[in-house]
Amino acid sequence: MAEAPGVIEAKELTKRFGDKVAVDHLSFTVEPGRVTGFLGPNGAGKSTTMRLILGLDRPQSGTATIGGLTYHQLARPLQTVGALLESRSLHPGRSARNHLLYLAETQGIPARRADEVLDLVGLRAVARKRVGGFSLGMTQRLGMAAAMLGDPLVLLLDEPVNGLDPEGIRWVRTFMQQLAGQGRTVFVSSHLMSEMSVTADYLIVIGRGRLIADSTTQEFIQRSSERSVLVRTPDPGPLGELITGQGGTIASQDSLDGVTSLVVTGLPAPRIGELAASASVVLYELTPRLASLEEAFMELTADSVEYGDTAKARQGRRQEERSVR
Amino acid sequence: MTAAEAPSAPRLTAVTPAGSPWLGFGRLLRAEWTKIRSVPSTVWSLLTFVIVAVGFSTLIATVIAHDWNAPGNHPNHAKLLTDPTAVIFGAGLGLGQLAICVLGAIVITSEYTSGTIRASLLAVPNRIPMLTAKAVVFAALDFVVSAITVFAVFFITTAILHSHVSITLSQPGVTRAVIGAILYLTVLGLFALAIGGLIRHTAGAIAVVIATVIVVPPLVSLIPGTIANHIHGYLPTVAGELVAQTSQQSGDVLSGWQGFGVFCLWTAVLLVACGWLLVRRDA
Repeated sequence: MAEAPGVIEAKELTKRFGDKVAVDHLSFTVEPGRVTGFLGPNGAGKSTTMRLILGLDRPQSGTATIGGLTYHQLARPLQTVGALLESRSLHPGRSARNHLLYLAETQGIPARRADEVLDLVGLRAVARKRVGGFSLGMTQRLGMAAAMLGDPLVLLLDEPVNGLDPEGIRWVRTFMQQLAGQGRTVFVSSHLMSEMSVTADYLIVIGRGRLIADSTTQEFIQRSSERSVLVRTPDPGPLGELITGQGGTIASQDSLDGVTSLVVTGLPAPRIGELAASASVVLYELTPRLASLEEAFMELTADSVEYGDTAKARQGRRQEERSVR
Repeated sequence: MTAAEAPSAPRLTAVTPAGSPWLGFGRLLRAEWTKIRSVPSTVWSLLTFVIVAVGFSTLIATVIAHDWNAPGNHPNHAKLLTDPTAVIFGAGLGLGQLAICVLGAIVITSEYTSGTIRASLLAVPNRIPMLTAKAVVFAALDFVVSAITVFAVFFITTAILHSHVSITLSQPGVTRAVIGAILYLTVLGLFALAIGGLIRHTAGAIAVVIATVIVVPPLVSLIPGTIANHIHGYLPTVAGELVAQTSQQSGDVLSGWQGFGVFCLWTAVLLVACGWLLVRRDA
């Protein structure tokens, strides 16, 4: 069967570890020529899915193919697929160049290509240093160099910006977009919605191993972003009933120091202002708000967060996000 | 990593399916050679082996030669006449072989503990050819280093003992025993490699290999009775070492080559089990 060379296709992929289902009948297609984000909370099954595509793990059922072939059927796999795994895959005692050299030798790639990719990621100066002494950022760069070694058509990158400084993050972003612009397939996982919203053209969102969304990033943002209005008043009086009477919803209400805050959805701010005026309710504030993408993502995946309670996970993720910025 | 340098556009050709997984086996051998020579543990283990083997053999031979006429040294005289290589190889190689055991196990467990196995399997998804290439390269290295060491031990110790007893390669069984010692050390490395591949943890694998080589045999030999004697004789390294003797000794259940065959069989079974599990387990 002749398929487009760079297409990744997962069909009904299922992987269980003991009685825990990591990937649950997952089907999706990743097209070449764009950056496809693979998004989901920690433990959603992103890494496992990538390992299944790469033939490192064996699925209980379903198939994953690249250009119509399974990873095992690829003649010189590194020349078709470049992968950056989340877990460390380097011997600490081996030098960066020797790591790339042995990988090149398995494919019959000339040794000078190892130097080329070291230049590409800016590690030429430490080429002969043992990787045991590398920082997380340097390790990630070496991982990117290994992924680019065979000049592959398809790139699978598992959390590539982990541990990178802001400059490194920007580098990875630009790099991925350039690769996609050349017609390559770029499939990149992340648990950070904000990161994906600026990097990915297309999103595949999973939670607890199941597909949640599969659309362009723009569609996903429009669909998920809910508008709301913040209303602050010293005395709401009948405002609440008026709002619900007009089809609005009070999403939340609390009082602090004699001022009541209402979050209203389903009614535009001008209409709420008119209602307040008609009932002679004094308003201190009337602010239209757009839910952040991160919040939208959180709402969407709230049911599927694997560990701990959602609030804690949310907080943790925000902190993580902040540290990345 | 300043300005993002884009690589040149890729070759947008169709993805090619692989032929036989053994095509390009030469490339795998080359890559495994790069892997084994580029980590410090290889150099340290082999250096330890050579130094311990040559050092202890020289020491023992010097002590025997020095105390030649001292009372109580007669058992060594008798042994040197009936089975000279057992005395020559006994101490040095008996201790030095542990370094080979450690290296054999580490060659494969270090891939798991460092995670290199994932990079390796992405490059070579067909796991049996990869394991085979690894075993072949390590066995070749082990063979060459063992050959150099065994001949060095033989010529150094026979030179030290020369004034008291003449041992040469032309005497019956001696050349066979010297070659046998080299072969034993080569298969021992593969035996350790197979156990490393089955256990996948460095400490655990080394413990099991060392226990099999130096702890289990003396324990089994403590059990009285002929059945226990036979079990002892068929233990991997007990059987394997027989080929490094010049002649079959009383109490040996097997002849030299029989024993070596038994050792090879143990190793082959473990290697097959290792390959079988490698294909089935998640990396």
